[in-house]
Amino acid sequence: MLTRFRRCLISAMMMVLSPAIYAAWELNMPQGVTEVSQSVYDLHMLILWICVGIGVIVFGVMFYSIIRHRKSRGVKAAQFHESLSLELLWTAIPTVILIAMAVPATTTLINMYDPSDADIDIKITGYQWKWQYEYMGENVSFFSNLTTSDRQIHNQDEKGSNYLLEVDNRLVIPTGKKIRFLLTSNDVIHAWWVPALAVKKDAIPGYINESWTQIESPGIYRGQCTELCGVDHGFMPIVVEVVSPQDYQVWLDAQRSAAQAQSAAAQQDWSYDQLMARGEQVYASQCSACHGANGEGLGSVFPALKDSPVATTGSVERHIDIILNGVSGTAMQAFMAQLSSVDVAAVTTYERNAWGNNTGDVITPQQIVDAKQ
Amino acid sequence: MVMHTRDISKTPLKLALMAVVMFGFGFLMVPLYDVFCDLVGLNGKTQGQVAKVQQTIDEERWITVQFTSTNNDQMPWHFRPLQQQIKVNPGAWNTVSFWAFNPTEQAMVAQAVPSVSPAQGAEYLQKADCFCFEQQWLDAGEASEMKLVFTVVNDLPKEIRTLTLSYTLFDAGDFASPMLAHQ
Amino acid sequence: MTTVTAHHDDHVHHGPAKGLMRWVLTTNHKDIGTMYLWFSFAMLLTGGCMALIIRTELFQPGLQLIEPEFFNQMTTMHGLIMVFGAIMPAFVGLANWMVPLMVGAPDMALPRMNNWSFWILPFAFGMMLLTLFSEAGAPNFGWTFYAPLSTTYAPSSVTFFILAVHMLGLSSIMGAINIVVTILNLRAPGMTLMKMPLFVWTWLITAYLLIAVMPVLAGVVTMMLMDIHFGTSFFNAAGGGDPVLFQHIFWFFGHPEVYIMILPAFGIVSQIIPVFARKPLFGYTSMVYATTSIAFLSFIVWAHHMFTVGMPLAAELFFMYATMLIAIPTGVKVFNWVATMFRGSMTFETPMLFSIAFVFLFTIGGFSGLMLSIVPADFQYHDTYFVVAHFHYVLVPGALFGILAGVYFWLPKWTGYYYNESLGKWHFWTSFIGVNITFFPMHFVGLAGMPRRVPDYALQFADFNAIASAGAYIFGFAQLIFLVLVIKAICGGKKASSSVWEGAEGLEWSIPSPAPYHTFSEPPVVK
Repeated sequence: MLTRFRRCLISAMMMVLSPAIYAAWELNMPQGVTEVSQSVYDLHMLILWICVGIGVIVFGVMFYSIIRHRKSRGVKAAQFHESLSLELLWTAIPTVILIAMAVPATTTLINMYDPSDADIDIKITGYQWKWQYEYMGENVSFFSNLTTSDRQIHNQDEKGSNYLLEVDNRLVIPTGKKIRFLLTSNDVIHAWWVPALAVKKDAIPGYINESWTQIESPGIYRGQCTELCGVDHGFMPIVVEVVSPQDYQVWLDAQRSAAQAQSAAAQQDWSYDQLMARGEQVYASQCSACHGANGEGLGSVFPALKDSPVATTGSVERHIDIILNGVSGTAMQAFMAQLSSVDVAAVTTYERNAWGNNTGDVITPQQIVDAKQ
Repeated sequence: MVMHTRDISKTPLKLALMAVVMFGFGFLMVPLYDVFCDLVGLNGKTQGQVAKVQQTIDEERWITVQFTSTNNDQMPWHFRPLQQQIKVNPGAWNTVSFWAFNPTEQAMVAQAVPSVSPAQGAEYLQKADCFCFEQQWLDAGEASEMKLVFTVVNDLPKEIRTLTLSYTLFDAGDFASPMLAHQ
Repeated sequence: MTTVTAHHDDHVHHGPAKGLMRWVLTTNHKDIGTMYLWFSFAMLLTGGCMALIIRTELFQPGLQLIEPEFFNQMTTMHGLIMVFGAIMPAFVGLANWMVPLMVGAPDMALPRMNNWSFWILPFAFGMMLLTLFSEAGAPNFGWTFYAPLSTTYAPSSVTFFILAVHMLGLSSIMGAINIVVTILNLRAPGMTLMKMPLFVWTWLITAYLLIAVMPVLAGVVTMMLMDIHFGTSFFNAAGGGDPVLFQHIFWFFGHPEVYIMILPAFGIVSQIIPVFARKPLFGYTSMVYATTSIAFLSFIVWAHHMFTVGMPLAAELFFMYATMLIAIPTGVKVFNWVATMFRGSMTFETPMLFSIAFVFLFTIGGFSGLMLSIVPADFQYHDTYFVVAHFHYVLVPGALFGILAGVYFWLPKWTGYYYNESLGKWHFWTSFIGVNITFFPMHFVGLAGMPRRVPDYALQFADFNAIASAGAYIFGFAQLIFLVLVIKAICGGKKASSSVWEGAEGLEWSIPSPAPYHTFSEPPVVK
């Protein structure tokens, strides 16, 4: 009997404690890795403790009265109901405390608005639902998509440790350099936030905003979009990788040669199987969020591709045109800037042959290069 | 009953009037906001066209002006600055170009929306001529080089050494001015 | 327009009509107040079910119950229904019942308009809720409906949403006009402004706020309507508009709206605490001035909701300082409540319990509000669960507890019977515990980096989300105790005396319990 009770108790405790395997409990704002984030943290703790202090005094008096001044203890109520000096006092003291808070807050804010020159300018463009990073003057530009699989999100696979906070292409920046972020958006308002940098700024269509950071310690810092931007708002993370300036140069060069390799790849011959394999990847990262993992579509806004005329009986040219240029007045965006010619060829081939859309069409990268002209 | 016979007809009318006035005030906020933006450079909005007057050129000081372009959603044009950045003296007039190409099979009309960062520098970047002043029309397959003539005003705050001028290109088909459509 | 004399003379000698038409055609402030309160309770349960759907989905990482698209519809509808359908109509209902009784008026000043104000609401919310069943789905852009997500990128149901907002706005404005006119014109002889009960004072100020800002909300949705259907471009940069302008206009309405939802609760608590402390309210005059200054300040702090849109330094500093200033009059109110309790002779019936919880938990929400006003720190807090925790602390144990305290306080006056005190205590303690389990952990996940309005989250937020979801169920089901209690109190119980509570003073306690259908046909004289 006892053992059974003990076993129940242990399994009950396991149930309570099992979520703890996910990660340690985080209770507070991260201190972050920049001077700015540290001063924001200090400011946060200062105000928190001031609030706790005021709370202890005010609630202390309140609970003291609740315990001591109750009718059941036979207390007769006093009849005072005003005191000018007391009221002046508790107007004046908060004023002083507020000034004490405003001074460091103002200093920190002025520091955050520092407009001096940056070493590196990075333009960040928000898209539904991904980020584009453009290293200005470096000819390097790429998109950053969530890589967490749909199967993990739908609990079919076990969730990885960076669940929802992992991307295909990280924003790579060097240590010790002042980085300026220029933010704008392609469609709706997004907000770019990395807590460890204490940078949060809205990305607004048509307008440009700026923010900056300077990081001394290499590492990987993760963040998310923080302005409701539509159905996949919760699925457009940010990953910043901070490396040494030497590694940064190496990375930049690799990016440039990768871009060259990409245009070279478009000249090659691609087999049906190669295109289908690549198309499946591209579809999973770019298309499945709206059109469904199996081309089944989503609600009335996002049409199915499985058995749809566009991906079966319709012309290949029209299909490519939709992917490259989007469909005006709908949620279908233009992928011209985001996908290489090989990727577009692969995904078009995939869409026309997957899920029983067996058209047999094979689209070559050269067709895409021509369509882009 | 003395109080209860008081005529109350005026108060509700006054209050209803107040509601109507506040409804109007909501709309008044639109031009007020523009005035406010002009005054403090809110949102990095630039001013409209200015006359191209000769000013003293501060040859001691160099300002880096960066250009960047963004296509709004579903805007298929190819659109980019021909120079990514230039260095200019405050007071001097400069001309740069943006390149636009309409790859689609129909004529389209576009509107470029300018924005300057840092926003406190916006009012010091003045334009005598800009493709953003009016809608741009391109036929199917047509390309165009679009001009921008600007200056950085002398009294730009000392701490600003870089200005970024961004243009976002929108499909203005829904807002096309009839004049343009007839061209 | 008729004078009130003519109106109430017609009715003075007979009671309510029989049957359903009594409720459809009624111009009686007590009937209309009752309908407002039942309507808002129905909306509370509707919005509460949506909250439970949201919390169930967020119980664990991953998508289990609903897909993101529907999740966004739920967060949007939950916000809209709770703000416009539950909290605001509940306060109007309390005002309908109590303001005429407190100022010694025979009815509201404009009884027919009163009927219309109420009956618009079921249609407005019926239309809003029906969008859930439309092909495009309900609005999914958040209750703040920022452009262009709510214009260019909105589902087609947005038009019905706009129409619903227009209707409920009209209802609120008419209700507010009615309350102002009643207070200004129908007070009993001798009831000077500075003798008015604080509930009347806070409602007078709230009504002015409503008249000032509901039309601005109507304006902003009209602009949206024009952008969507008539080719204007108020908020579309392509045609020369600006999406940030939307936020400025919306929050010019939105911030005073926040005080619309809390000032009447201040008033209710200021009525209740002195009664159960058996001691006059401390600092009546400063309470009135504090409320007025909070109302004025509410017009110049709106941009603290948008510190991250990229405003110039000077603007950020201005809105930060102005926001911090609000802490002073709010602090004065809290200090006054505590000073009222100090050296009183307190008993702890349910209305008092809810009022004490209000002072305690609203102040915690106030503290997090103060933290949010600090711009550099706000860059970390903005649009995270810390904000969700903040505004739920001021709206649930703030506004909602204030309403519940008021209902318990006045229920014996309405029904003529005391409610079941032990059920009331059960309701209080389950609500109090549930509310804290739900919303306190949200501070932690917010600080740790969880954005709001996400249907799924990273693994490190899992524990506190599970706790919050469990708390939400406790809090949600606790409200059913309240429903049972109210029905029981209507059916019978211990007879209430006319003053109901020991130490209760004021005109509303001078009439019998239950309050007769017509009261103060002859104006009382206030000394």
